[in-house]
Amino acid sequence: MPVQSVPYMTWLALSLVAATLVGCASTPEPPPLPEPVAPSPTYQPTAGRETRTAPLESPRPTYAGPWEDPSSPLSNRTIYFDYDTAEIKPEYLPLVRTHARYLGSHSETRVTLEGHTDERGTREYNLALGDQRAEAVKRLMLAEGVLPDQMANLAYGEERPAAAGHNEQAWRLNRRVIIQY
Amino acid sequence: MSRHIRLPRLLLALILMLSGVGLVIAAPRLNIEITGGIEAAQPIAIVPFGVSEGLVPPVDVAAIVSADLARTGRFKPMPTRDMLDMPSTREAVDFRDWSLLGMNNLVIGRVEPEGEGYRIGFSLFDVFRGNELASTSLVGTKAGMRQTAHRIADLIHEKLTGQPGVAATRIAYITSSGSGDSMTVTLKVSDADGYNPQTIVSSGEPIMSPAWSPDGRRIAYVSFENRRPAIYIQELSSGRRDLVASYPGINGSPAFSPDGVRLAMTLSKDGSADIYTLNLLSRELVRLTDHYAIDTEPAWSPDGRSLIFTSDRGGSPQIYRMSASGGAAERISVEGDYNGRASYSPDGRSIAMVTRINGAFRIGVLDTTRGLTRLLSSGNLDESPSFAPNGSMVIYATIHGGRGVLAAAAVEGGGSQRLSQDSGQVREPAWSPLIR
Repeated sequence: MPVQSVPYMTWLALSLVAATLVGCASTPEPPPLPEPVAPSPTYQPTAGRETRTAPLESPRPTYAGPWEDPSSPLSNRTIYFDYDTAEIKPEYLPLVRTHARYLGSHSETRVTLEGHTDERGTREYNLALGDQRAEAVKRLMLAEGVLPDQMANLAYGEERPAAAGHNEQAWRLNRRVIIQY
Repeated sequence: MSRHIRLPRLLLALILMLSGVGLVIAAPRLNIEITGGIEAAQPIAIVPFGVSEGLVPPVDVAAIVSADLARTGRFKPMPTRDMLDMPSTREAVDFRDWSLLGMNNLVIGRVEPEGEGYRIGFSLFDVFRGNELASTSLVGTKAGMRQTAHRIADLIHEKLTGQPGVAATRIAYITSSGSGDSMTVTLKVSDADGYNPQTIVSSGEPIMSPAWSPDGRRIAYVSFENRRPAIYIQELSSGRRDLVASYPGINGSPAFSPDGVRLAMTLSKDGSADIYTLNLLSRELVRLTDHYAIDTEPAWSPDGRSLIFTSDRGGSPQIYRMSASGGAAERISVEGDYNGRASYSPDGRSIAMVTRINGAFRIGVLDTTRGLTRLLSSGNLDESPSFAPNGSMVIYATIHGGRGVLAAAAVEGGGSQRLSQDSGQVREPAWSPLIR
């Protein structure tokens, strides 16, 4: 830096004072940005004074399991049936296989296969039909490599409908097996 | 002050919620509505009973007797307003008047104090002959006065038809309200006229298939309170109960044998749903069917020698019969592509069941000697038929105005009635045996 003459320094000082005075009457400059509190992930502690880092608290919810994540194929956990049959329709085979693959690679995970029916027909027959539907899903999962003790059947028959109403709109939603994790 | 009252209630509610199952008392009663009658119903006059000076009985005995007899469909009680005279002693009766009014029979009676309770005396007359057919008196408590009135109705019924009446019997049924996690299911027992309902089990999980023991003292039922179906037998007088079946899979369709020793049931522990009997004394479990199809809904013949049940082994649900010790089963339902939940009439000559006609589920009565099925109901989703213990009527579940209600129909033509709650669903009625 070159040596500066006194008059220049005096002028600089005066102009700084003037600027400060003017500044007091006008909008103050925004305060300087504070130093970042959380260090960046690439921060490397260096020798010297003791320094601590803290994790950023993140209140975002986490899913109890991937089956709860709407973007996961495992979130589709309901297989619908035609009236008075326990036959799994071909369009539900990929759904069952997706769960079978997951359970195959997570042998500690257990599911309950809930078998439901619509309200038509007698109640105890429907309980047995719900059991057959759960059993049909279980058999398919077994064939796909899921272990027997990873699955338990629970027949509800027509006792826990998903939809109220005495028409096909409600009935089609009630004829189902739910894979409950 | 109100806090002192509220806290225990809240605690009680909390305890009931946490326990999942509890015993609750007060309940809305079933309202009865007569929906059909028999043209040939016998005209009978039941005169309002005389009352001792200064006595105010808690109920109108004659009105209860009239309603009981009207519900059978066999009697047409005269409206009180049409009566010219209201005698309460034999001396005051003028049979010519009652004859001119077209009455076949006349009932008069008196209510008098007896100790802490009442003595109710009544007489039944044949109007044409002018003679007394029955005369007796019953003593009861104030709280038991409705029941006394039902007994009188049953005595009149038996005297005039030769068949015991069922007014003093009870019905068990399931109610439910709410859905999902806020669902409440109860098993209730009320008098046959829907009065005096008492909740004997209440749960946030399904309860189904109530079945009476032959002595009317116990009820078997299926409860999901442990998040899976299990069969319990509960003693009505104490509320005590035993868990009798909790195998893996289904535990359903309990049915007491006529001698009360065995309980038939459906279990799926060995694969598909099959029929078993459990000896309640020795706890010996015997498997009666072994078929990959659904076998369920066992019901005993009145002699206890055979069982009828629902099976879809032939492709569609049909009724089959086999020995109570198992073995070969023969199909007994012939018409229709869906027959289920069959039960024998007390005389064993007919079978009530759910039968599908043109897509509608209705109550049919199959005459086992002639092989003919007669329809008793006209709904689309009728189910759970149960014979009255004298075989005169069948009570069943139906949908009315979008809600589950009960209905009763006379087996021999015509008489019918509907029993509904002010709110919530009612289903799965089971008529008690005769309570002597």
